[in-house]
Amino acid sequence: MSAVSNGTTPAATPKPNPAGAVANWADERLGIATATKKQLRKVFPDHWSFMLGEIALWSFVILLLTGVFLSLWFKPSMGEVVYNGSYDQLRGIHMSEAYESTLHISFDVRAGLLMRQMHHWAAMLFIAAMLVHMMRVFLTGAFRKPRELNWIIGGVLLLLGILEGFAGYSLPDDLLSGTGLRIADGLVKATPVLGSYMSFFMFGGEFPGDVIIPRLYTAHILLIPGLLLALIAAHMLLLVYHKHTQWPGPGRTEQNVVGYPMMPVYAAKAGGFFFIVFGVVALMGGLMTINPVWRYGPYNPAEVTAGSQPDWYMGIAEGLLRIMPGWETHIFGVTLSWNVFLPGQIAPIALLMLVLAYPFIEQWITGDKREHHLLQRPRNAPTRTAFLAAMITLYGLLWAAGGNDILATVFHLDLNTITYFMRGAIFVIPPLVFILAKRWCISLQRHDNEMLLHGYESGIIMRDAQGGYTEKHLPLSEDRAYTLTARARDEVYAGMSGEDANGVSAPKARMDQLRAKASKAWFATNVQKPTAEEFEEAHHHAELEHAHDAPLEGHAADGHQFDGRHDVAGDDLTHKH
Amino acid sequence: MSTDNHDEGHELVPAEPLADPGLPEHLPRPTDVDEGAAKRAERQVATLFGLSSVFALLFCVSYFVFDIGDDPDTVGGLGASNVFLGSCLGLALLCIGIGAIQWSRKLMSDHEIVEFRHPAASPQEDRDEALAALDAGITDSGIGRRPLVRNSLLGAMAVLGLPAIVALRDLGPLPGKKLEHTVWKKGMKVVQDVDGTPIKPDMMEIGQLVNAEPAVFFPQDGEPELSGHKILAEKAKAAVILVRMHPDDIKPTELRKNWGVDGILCFSKICTHVGCPISLWEQQTHHLLCPCHQSTFDLADNGRVIFGPAARHLPQLPLELDADGYLVAQSDFTEPVGPSYWERDRTDLK
Amino acid sequence: MRLLTRKISARLSARRRSRLAAPAVLILGLLAAGGVALAMNSAVSPATAHDSTQDAEAIKAGRALFAVSCSSCHGMNAEGIITKRGTNYGPSLIGVGAAAVDFQLETGRMPMAQPGAQAVKKRPVFTEDEVAAIAAYVASLGPGPAIPDKEAYDVSEATTEEIVKGGEFFRTNCTACHNFAGTGGALPKGKFAPSLIGVTGKHMYEAMVTGPQQMPVFSDAVLSPEDKRAIIAYLKNQEKTPNYGGFDLGSFGPVSEGMFAWLLGIGGLTVAGIWITSQTARSKKTIKKGADA
Repeated sequence: MSAVSNGTTPAATPKPNPAGAVANWADERLGIATATKKQLRKVFPDHWSFMLGEIALWSFVILLLTGVFLSLWFKPSMGEVVYNGSYDQLRGIHMSEAYESTLHISFDVRAGLLMRQMHHWAAMLFIAAMLVHMMRVFLTGAFRKPRELNWIIGGVLLLLGILEGFAGYSLPDDLLSGTGLRIADGLVKATPVLGSYMSFFMFGGEFPGDVIIPRLYTAHILLIPGLLLALIAAHMLLLVYHKHTQWPGPGRTEQNVVGYPMMPVYAAKAGGFFFIVFGVVALMGGLMTINPVWRYGPYNPAEVTAGSQPDWYMGIAEGLLRIMPGWETHIFGVTLSWNVFLPGQIAPIALLMLVLAYPFIEQWITGDKREHHLLQRPRNAPTRTAFLAAMITLYGLLWAAGGNDILATVFHLDLNTITYFMRGAIFVIPPLVFILAKRWCISLQRHDNEMLLHGYESGIIMRDAQGGYTEKHLPLSEDRAYTLTARARDEVYAGMSGEDANGVSAPKARMDQLRAKASKAWFATNVQKPTAEEFEEAHHHAELEHAHDAPLEGHAADGHQFDGRHDVAGDDLTHKH
Repeated sequence: MSTDNHDEGHELVPAEPLADPGLPEHLPRPTDVDEGAAKRAERQVATLFGLSSVFALLFCVSYFVFDIGDDPDTVGGLGASNVFLGSCLGLALLCIGIGAIQWSRKLMSDHEIVEFRHPAASPQEDRDEALAALDAGITDSGIGRRPLVRNSLLGAMAVLGLPAIVALRDLGPLPGKKLEHTVWKKGMKVVQDVDGTPIKPDMMEIGQLVNAEPAVFFPQDGEPELSGHKILAEKAKAAVILVRMHPDDIKPTELRKNWGVDGILCFSKICTHVGCPISLWEQQTHHLLCPCHQSTFDLADNGRVIFGPAARHLPQLPLELDADGYLVAQSDFTEPVGPSYWERDRTDLK
Repeated sequence: MRLLTRKISARLSARRRSRLAAPAVLILGLLAAGGVALAMNSAVSPATAHDSTQDAEAIKAGRALFAVSCSSCHGMNAEGIITKRGTNYGPSLIGVGAAAVDFQLETGRMPMAQPGAQAVKKRPVFTEDEVAAIAAYVASLGPGPAIPDKEAYDVSEATTEEIVKGGEFFRTNCTACHNFAGTGGALPKGKFAPSLIGVTGKHMYEAMVTGPQQMPVFSDAVLSPEDKRAIIAYLKNQEKTPNYGGFDLGSFGPVSEGMFAWLLGIGGLTVAGIWITSQTARSKKTIKKGADA
């Protein structure tokens, strides 16, 4: 196989197909040949980070499968019954049908407990995978034009996933899920003006009422999954239409996409990955207890357990709620609970808005209206990378704050100190992380340029005639050097020049100045790739150095080819001269 | 290192420093050039698929072999049924997954292919055609020429939103004054939760905590029983804790001087933050901690907030003794219990 | 100090009024006389076991041990020591009863190794006889809860009804601090509710009646001895109950579950993704031995 023919294989090779008869039959009725002729050999590039979204997709499929199994026995009713099943520690206790049927699934349906635990683990993975997938897309700039709408769909999917998870967490009607609903009731009641009405409408009267579980059940198995399914389909369709992004490299440009065809390689890899995700979830469900509802007992509004926590994805809201000082305004006979309303309603909505609007904010700052199909290395967008690093830090701190009691118990810390610390830390540490991450990215960019211009550090120490020591630098391979330079130069937006600004209204001019400032903050400290002239100069310098080192060349220690960057098949360490 | 490569107003994009060397040469895998290696890979994949069926069958065997329910089989202290079903299912699935991926890595053709991209936007002529069609449609409808039709339609659509909202009215009753009252009333006994034991002061020691409820939840013979939902909704407001401290440690406000009996005080168990039941009482410091969000109240100081996100003190139930010497309520709570809401009046401690 | 003595005297008066005071004193006498070994033997009636000479000897021995090991914090006569700032250095032990001594010494919480937010469980310092002697000495200072009878916490015969009832009491009175699985929880300022896993029935009972450290008291008059035994029966039954769903991940609830979902789930699947998309071994021309490209 020569280098020329690689990559030029026709995208749809006509081949005699054993399944031809079936395909003909189907095509005569559905006309699928036109629709599938390109898709069957559609190209998907390979990179480990492209698999993260797939974890989410496959977790969702597992959720549908295990969820259907559970729905065969689960009774979404708050009707009161007396437990008479197999778990004797609760026998004779009054409980809701929802809790009773959950116990029934756990103890009297074979594989029922397994399916319940798989369902719960898959839900945790679903949301976690969406989040890491989103971080990947963010860090590599894959949300840029033309993919902004898919980013928004993704953000809405994450929100729906979290709501779906919370509804599911509440269904078993055990002590923990009831406590969660009670807190949700508190959050709803804190809504200005409408709070108590919303609470009464939600619960069909006073908390806990007798309708919330059937209502959440409808949302959990019909409304939200339907929306999720539709949005996932849209997400996938857009992915197919835009074609997948790819990392830059030799032969990989903005105009093409290089990778393996859907049939057969990608189908095998994606299909195989489905079974791996499914298998891992089954192992987790089989070996690791999750939400042992029988130990929590039925919901009782007079009981609570230490370590009452939401599932992990609500952790940041929980953390905010815990570290918020007790602020409340009482004026004109009404009460406004900032301590609940701010962290419980304003903060999550603001965060969601920021996430959804991000591509447009960045586009406005950078003024970049081009299409982008090549990914950026995180270091080449230092401000964006640093912003995410700060956000991850904030997320982590709030997450830890949401588990402050568990941290205190497990690590023998002082609960109050953790809370006081977090109140300050969420304002102090993320900015520090921002600065650190940005400087770090810029250093890495410098390092890249260093390698491009002066070669990589070979680890070979040269001793000159004066007795001084220097490390020999060797040039990068052509492919590697090209890959490092395959990125756009950043252009700082300078604002409208004097004559352009004439006739522009004052607010518009102010916005323009703001934009110029933002663009400067965004880009100005970035390190740009070397220019052709710089390369030329560096090359010249290298030749001089080479001439300088020439007398030593005959005495170079053998072995530098084993530095991991050279093909050494068939080489050995003996001197050949 | 130089960063600014273009002057103001004078766009000069420097030439790309390095030329694209093109796709690298495709190197064959051992399985491409060595039939023996390919055979080995084939056997490996087939073995994995075969193992998968073994585990799938073992899943079926485990399903029938291991008992659940009353007297479950265990393995090393774990439920045998769940562990074996999960492990067998997991391994069966993993074997298929690993086998399929091994197949694609070792045996399927690994020539990368290239597809060309097109801009997301449609070609200009398509856009023009679409716009023309849209224009034709709008013109044909006459919506531009007949604003009366357009505006009345928009109005009708907007008003149609009302039935959608009104139809949801019966989701629940209006709150009214329900959040301001509980089932506590003058003379109602304070009884221990779970078994309904009525309590006399001498049954409690200094430092004692009793998780308590109003006696109405534990009807005596002949008294009407509350239904399940009613009890839960009332419990969600009426649950209380009784604590006994040394009378000299308690610093009641003027109003609350006679709300306790011999150092026994009764507080709402419902946190004023978002409503978790709180009974985590430290008998030496007299502090009460909410395990949900760590609001801390000082019960020796009228339930004042001393830490955490709660904004308001914990409501106190005034106590007295009845004729038989049992602890009873003097009245209902004098303020709404539980989390804050918009219409809630009064926040200061009295 | 002022605060504590007041508290103790109030507890004393409460005790005197208690219906259980008389039997408590009897059992105390029994313990003082024969130590723990005799106390365990419930077949022997308190009256016949009583021997005033042994009694006095045990108290004497206990006083000696107390003077050596406890008095530096609790005072020479167990009256407690107050710091200059008026806080407790070691509280008065007058009237805390034999049960408190037995609990604190047998679980190793006393003597404390160092001052701290809370005394922690550790290997006990004293032998059974020494504990009995010190308990007898402290009990002689004033009436307080006695070391419970074996019957009070023997749950080998517990019925399902008792266990179910115990579970209800446990969830109502205990889980708020000790967590749904009895694995413990956090209290303000570095204090904590300890894990109940592996704690003996006797120590659970003693803790409920004496209220060690920040734990509230659950007197026998309100939470009857039968109810206490039911709680112990529930907890002991939970210890025996298999983990139906696999390893319990520490029984800390959703926090540890979330951690495992991230570490094992996302971590493991990312590793799988790296493997799936990694380059396979390459062979140069017809050389069989592959080298990573």
